[in-house]
Amino acid sequence: MRISVKIDGVRYDDDVEPRLLLVHYLREQAGRTGTPVGCDTTNCGACTVLLNGRSVKSCSILAVQADGAEVTTIQGLADGPGELQPLQQAFHEEHALQCGYCTPGMIMAAVDLLGENPHPTEEEVRDGLEGNLCRCTGYQNIVRAVLRAANQTAEVTA
Amino acid sequence: MTTIEEIPAEVGKARTRKEDARLITGQTNWTDNITLPGLVHVAFLRSTQAHARIASVDLSAARSAPGVFAAYSGADFAAEQGSLPCAWPVTPDIVIPDHPSMAVDTVRYGGEIVACVVARDRYAAADALELIDVTYETLEPVLDMEAALAPGSPKVHEAGNKSYTWTFGNGDIDAAFRDAPVVIERTYRQQRLIPSAMEPRSVVCAPVGDEYTLWSATQIPHVLRVMLALVTGIPEHKLRVIAPDVGGGFGSKLQVTAEEVLALLLARKLGRPVKWTETRTEGNVAVHHGRDQIQKVRLAATAEGRILGLDVDLLADMGAYLMIITPGVPLLGAFMFNAIYKMDAYRFNCSGVFTTKTPTDAYRGAGRPEATYAIEHLMDDLAATLDVDPLELRERNWIKHEEFPYTTIAGLTYDSGNYEAATATARQLLHYDELRKEQFERVAASAPVRLGIGISTYTEMCGIAPSRVLGSLAYAAGGWEYASIRMLPTGKVEVVTGSSAHGQGHETAWSQIVADQLGVPFEDVRVLHGDTAIAPKGMDTYGSRSLVVGGTAVVNACDKVRQKARVIAAAMLEVSPDDLEWDSGRWAVRGDPDQGKAIGEIAFAAFAAHDLPEGVEPSLDSDATYDPNNFSFPHGTHLCAAEVDTETGQVKIRSYVAVDDVGVVVNPLIVDGQVHGGLAQGIAQALYEEAAYDSSGNLITASLADYLIPSAADLPSFTTARTTTPSTLNPLGVKGVGEAGTIASTPAVVNAIIDALRPFGVSDVPMPCTPERVWRAIQEAQGASPTTPAAATPASASGPGPNPDAQEDGSAR
Repeated sequence: MRISVKIDGVRYDDDVEPRLLLVHYLREQAGRTGTPVGCDTTNCGACTVLLNGRSVKSCSILAVQADGAEVTTIQGLADGPGELQPLQQAFHEEHALQCGYCTPGMIMAAVDLLGENPHPTEEEVRDGLEGNLCRCTGYQNIVRAVLRAANQTAEVTA
Repeated sequence: MTTIEEIPAEVGKARTRKEDARLITGQTNWTDNITLPGLVHVAFLRSTQAHARIASVDLSAARSAPGVFAAYSGADFAAEQGSLPCAWPVTPDIVIPDHPSMAVDTVRYGGEIVACVVARDRYAAADALELIDVTYETLEPVLDMEAALAPGSPKVHEAGNKSYTWTFGNGDIDAAFRDAPVVIERTYRQQRLIPSAMEPRSVVCAPVGDEYTLWSATQIPHVLRVMLALVTGIPEHKLRVIAPDVGGGFGSKLQVTAEEVLALLLARKLGRPVKWTETRTEGNVAVHHGRDQIQKVRLAATAEGRILGLDVDLLADMGAYLMIITPGVPLLGAFMFNAIYKMDAYRFNCSGVFTTKTPTDAYRGAGRPEATYAIEHLMDDLAATLDVDPLELRERNWIKHEEFPYTTIAGLTYDSGNYEAATATARQLLHYDELRKEQFERVAASAPVRLGIGISTYTEMCGIAPSRVLGSLAYAAGGWEYASIRMLPTGKVEVVTGSSAHGQGHETAWSQIVADQLGVPFEDVRVLHGDTAIAPKGMDTYGSRSLVVGGTAVVNACDKVRQKARVIAAAMLEVSPDDLEWDSGRWAVRGDPDQGKAIGEIAFAAFAAHDLPEGVEPSLDSDATYDPNNFSFPHGTHLCAAEVDTETGQVKIRSYVAVDDVGVVVNPLIVDGQVHGGLAQGIAQALYEEAAYDSSGNLITASLADYLIPSAADLPSFTTARTTTPSTLNPLGVKGVGEAGTIASTPAVVNAIIDALRPFGVSDVPMPCTPERVWRAIQEAQGASPTTPAAATPASASGPGPNPDAQEDGSAR
């Protein structure tokens, strides 16, 4: 099937098999390998991207379902090379990653979380990121990073 | 003239990590990201049977499927695949069964590879796997260790179900138990765990002529290269192994895997690059598992609670085969059951048992969490028996600060420690006395939600390891580490390390060490690792060894650089080397500090090499290989306050305090991160995780939907603090931190639950302590003796009943 998807600001027109998962399309056809795959049961959230601005696990939808949509991956989150989006900056400053495998999905899920709830409590962050697993950090610094990014964004917009 | 700038120490600074730049922007180089011209994809067909003879494998339909280059069964590799290595034959009479990468005639666990397909993409390969027809003749599974050792059990291997028995001891154990006023006897179960690094395993192998480059999501590129050469016969110098960015390991990637061997053999067979990446569901059956011990333990004590003797009898589930250090994992615990305590006698006995399950091997802590769980649980049981505060009981037995260095009953010499200081800090941070008061109030009020405080005053042997000790334990390799410093002409520094990081932050920590050692800016240091062509030697990363062993190698290499620089600086300044002193990155004339040369200037002089003294090499570059004299012994006191709903069995961790003494801290940010992550994994063992099998031997927790890795919503915030007792064994004073949290936290959590439930007569809850198991433990204790508190039971009360059947209440979310 022919699909047309805007990925990180660039339009891709491609023929894909109807069964191709969005994450495999991103990684193997569009070359956007910043989004990794961590499981095959939609539990881990490592592959989370934004689809028309909302977070989705890109292993749980088909590439054809993204036809006409806009996909943002971790590679398209910042304004440009050398730039960091506030969550990326906060993850760095709070040491919210170790191996980094869950990080792209964790950050993209957090983008959506803060979009919906710009001033979450710690508990709301923990509940909001329940669909994203990390094996390295015990989540403590991830939660801190999301709260830090929320506070910084609040300061900027205040 | 150069002005002298005071360079503040880098070691100890909370530097944010150099690694992050690529990891937070999606520029990471995971093995699965690698594409090469002509790359083909491999998929493996795995046994659906726990134990069966392979009657036939029909590959014809798969071979003619679209996009398929080749399909093979075990017979196609029989002549070349060798046997996967076990590097730790713990006894002379150990049974090490042949372990083919691809099963040829028999499968011994569900998940063992029986065939493979090579196709143009992963979808085509997966499709073709469906077309392979395997006929099995089912054999009896062997699932229970005790039953496996009973006469008449079906055999996993011809030689039987016992791999080895390893014994060890010191002191007169019979005397210790004879006439002992108090004897506690328990059976604890260490459930089977799945390490579950977030990055699934992946391997790419590219042949060029008769040379091969193999990328793998591995913790051990150097060991892997040696082993691949030994297993396949491909000469070592024709193999290059690269561990690119690796997404966590926790021991699971400390392995030489069937998939790595087969990728190499397939690349050779096909003459083109191949890639295999596992799915999570595949990984849960195929990546080695961890833990899985039955621990029968006896403790003899005086009426005052002084330990007289400890007798440990283990059954350790090897799974179906011995992998790289499978039989040695329990031995890493053998020296740790006595923990921080003094005693007169100790006996350790362990039998390795074969079952038709996925092989076990190292998982974060490897042997030491098992030992720590048993002794810390026992200490609480002894305290309850004697009706003394469990912290007080520990203090009566632990090695006092002024007694270091102290040689333990297990023969290890602990160089340093301060258990009093760590415990005092932990008590204060938890508000121990207030919580004890609240606990008693809840008991008095018969409140449905009870409070318990769990204690774990742990130590661990890290910095693995002195080579001669490994040799005395029959381990095949040494425990040294390698480092190399390359001084670039512009004064920048490249550090080559044999440690192979996969999330630990070596690029940052090593930069801090070198910045101090050579007096160069942190930003001017680059750390290279994980490629046998760049870092030619190494023993890799596991066992909390990188900083202790690898970091010391870095320090030693820096020292050699400084000494070479001294000779050249002396020539540049036209003075004797003896007249120079090192200060903040410069060799300067003693008494005339304005006369000096910075390390960068000296490096350029060495590069130009115009005026070097006779016989002096035009290079400052230096290597060091460091073999430690002893292990390091981090320790700490972890306290967990848990609320247990006695009506539902639900456990909630109210507060968790971890006070760790890991010696000198290079980077507090990284150390805290290691502790947090370790705690999460240890708590997960206590509350959530278990690899469970059904009665046919099928793993029923084969996906992340069934194997419960805790999310952010399942874990509390941790309070961490540190005391610092520098190691006296290495120049940095460091001890290692990678496994501390995991080792300490499991008993702290379980002890808290039991502490809350002792008034109900509960003396154990099998892990993971799911609500159902907690509730059942209360019901069983109440049914058996509804009004007798645990403290009033006879001293030699036996442990809990048979292990609950995992099938009934596995750990599904």
